[in-house]
Amino acid sequence: MSNPDTTSSAPLLEIRGLRKQFGDHVVLHDLNLLVPRGRLLTILGKSGTGKSVLLKCLAGVLQPDAGEVLFEGRPLGTADAPTLAAFRRRCSYLFQGNALLDSLTAWDNVALPLEQATLLPKPEIRARVRDALRRLELESDAARYPSQMSGGMQKRLALARALVTRPEIVLFDEPTAGLDPIRRNAVFTMIAHSQREFGFTAVVVTHDLPEALAASDRVALLVDGTLCFEGAPAEFQDSAAPAVAAFRDSASHLAGQIAAIRRGEPVPADLA
Amino acid sequence: MNASPTKYTRLDLAVGTFVLAGLFALTFLAVRIGAGNSVGGASTTYRASFSNLGGLAPGASVMISGVIVGRVDKVEIDDRFRAIATLRVRADLKLAEDTAAGIRSSGLIGEKFIALTPGGGDALLKTDELITDTESAVDLESLISRFAFGGVKSGDTPDKK
Amino acid sequence: MAGRTASPLGTSNVTPRAAPPLILMPPNAQASRADGNRISRPPSITRPAGMHPHACTRPSPALRLSFSMLPTTGRSTLRIVGELGDFARFTARGYTSAIGSRRLGRRLARAVYEQGVRCLPVILIVGTFTGLVLGLQGYHTLKGFGSASLLGPLVANSLVRELAPVLAALMIVGQAGSALTAELGIQRNSEQIDALETMGIDPHGFLVAPRLLAALIVYPMMTAFFALIGLVGGWISGSVLLPLPGSVYWSSVYKAIDPEDVGQCIVKALVFGGLTIALCCYNGFTAHRRSTTTGARAVSASTTRAVVFSSISVLAADYLITSLLV
Repeated sequence: MSNPDTTSSAPLLEIRGLRKQFGDHVVLHDLNLLVPRGRLLTILGKSGTGKSVLLKCLAGVLQPDAGEVLFEGRPLGTADAPTLAAFRRRCSYLFQGNALLDSLTAWDNVALPLEQATLLPKPEIRARVRDALRRLELESDAARYPSQMSGGMQKRLALARALVTRPEIVLFDEPTAGLDPIRRNAVFTMIAHSQREFGFTAVVVTHDLPEALAASDRVALLVDGTLCFEGAPAEFQDSAAPAVAAFRDSASHLAGQIAAIRRGEPVPADLA
Repeated sequence: MNASPTKYTRLDLAVGTFVLAGLFALTFLAVRIGAGNSVGGASTTYRASFSNLGGLAPGASVMISGVIVGRVDKVEIDDRFRAIATLRVRADLKLAEDTAAGIRSSGLIGEKFIALTPGGGDALLKTDELITDTESAVDLESLISRFAFGGVKSGDTPDKK
Repeated sequence: MAGRTASPLGTSNVTPRAAPPLILMPPNAQASRADGNRISRPPSITRPAGMHPHACTRPSPALRLSFSMLPTTGRSTLRIVGELGDFARFTARGYTSAIGSRRLGRRLARAVYEQGVRCLPVILIVGTFTGLVLGLQGYHTLKGFGSASLLGPLVANSLVRELAPVLAALMIVGQAGSALTAELGIQRNSEQIDALETMGIDPHGFLVAPRLLAALIVYPMMTAFFALIGLVGGWISGSVLLPLPGSVYWSSVYKAIDPEDVGQCIVKALVFGGLTIALCCYNGFTAHRRSTTTGARAVSASTTRAVVFSSISVLAADYLITSLLV
């Protein structure tokens, strides 16, 4: 399940025995996961398996019911305010719905984390914002509001806001949700490219299998709140574990299943 | 150079105007409208003892010849159970020692006020000096019952000292 | 998204027996960490039914019947007390987080604009008509006693002591309060508030503090505008439309209002402002906690709650202040 290779670099983030439940519904069961420094880790899984909850626990937006999240070996749950603030400064979160502030222009959205959470001088902030907007080709849209932008532009703007603080960890929550295949590739290319360029540690939550396998250094598979697989993409491709195989091969099964449905055969129970 | 679009200029202007107007309105309300019977300028206080204040409350007007010259600051009761009203009156009025004070009301159900009748003496009333020549509140009910059952002579007011 | 659908204090899946009737636990015992209150639930409620402290005793049927009513009462009492405490903490945090919040002035100006400038037309219109109708009613009533000259004091006292602070507060709640609840509710729904937190920005200081402070500036001013325009309205109906001499009206107005009345008026405005805008912020900020609904309906439910609670609290607080100060 776990690969010995992960111990070679000290984990930036570590999850130990994490459990999260809403009421009586347990979303995550005793989860253990290492996030290796400087790599791109993808957490795969079907919708509703707790991927986003896991990411929110990692970001400290949700508090786990049991277990802990360790940041450089220190538990975040019991961290004092300065440690937490330091973690926030070094960690960015890209929300599934972008979570751009709709009352602020693109420029102000990107400048916001620098103005509010750092002590950088104004010219430095301006330079950084301009740089971030330029890298994501949003320079000419600085004065527009998020509502005046297309979905792809909003995604780029959210990425600009996440990267402008020069974070060491970036958490991506379904960055490709609702995008067409071309944009999906573009987003993964953008993530992989900026990850190489800035050298941050990335955790991506997604269910886009081919793109994830192509772009990530490590892959984890979440099924019903438990981690079924953790390893390199190549190992994922070769794994014979039933859960992995089911997720991996669902696409190739498609043709056969459609043909079966057209023949009038019943839908397999595991898909219904 | 500021690359950030300055979109709050008009808002700032509107807010600034609003706050200025608001401060003006508050000041106007407090100083002009809310000044009530309070005495502008220098004032001095006198005291007057009554056997019956008839419910006169602090804030009531003090008048001379029908002109408001001050207000009642506070009302207390002394160890001989006489009501002592403290009057705050304009300081520029030279009131003689033998000034008299009476409690009147404007109309049957009107509010009560204190009417001062300046005396003719040479000595002036000093600050916080007690005015003893007073006329207490007219007890309407007893007055009416005396009318009804007789016993009222002209010029007879209750409690005249 | 699971964080949104399964709401933290959403007691939807709490079985009736699971809540012990009268065990008062601190509603946010685990909430000492950074806004952990959003996701922690009272430990007493998470306790499985099997661990119910009263489960081992087997009361007689009659006793059980009377006990069966207790959990309901106990639960709603717990909820009300808990929510009240949570609201108080929220408000306190809103004010304290203003300290050290950067570029607060800019957001404060925006909040003053929303609560003040944009509500001004409504305040002026409602104030004028209030004064007009007071003058009209008062004149004819006083005329019956032969004391129409007391119209000024009647209008001035009604306005300054009661109507201006109460009606101005209700008008601002209706226009600005409901809008800010909806705005905060949508920001909560679209994870903008979570996003602020992940950026290391205190959402209380960023979103709540400027609005709370603006209310303390705006409400007394709006109340003063309301009272002054109302006095003009009273003058219009008394002296322009009806035959009371204007000089009688204005001189009696000046005489009628004491500094204490104005003080009481401003105290009321401050209390109403602090209370209503805090209620509006709280309901919008916690829109994700509406246990029965989510999404757009949670925002609309929050907005309704904000307006209803604010209006009730204005009138209740008005009675309390009046009885304390008069």
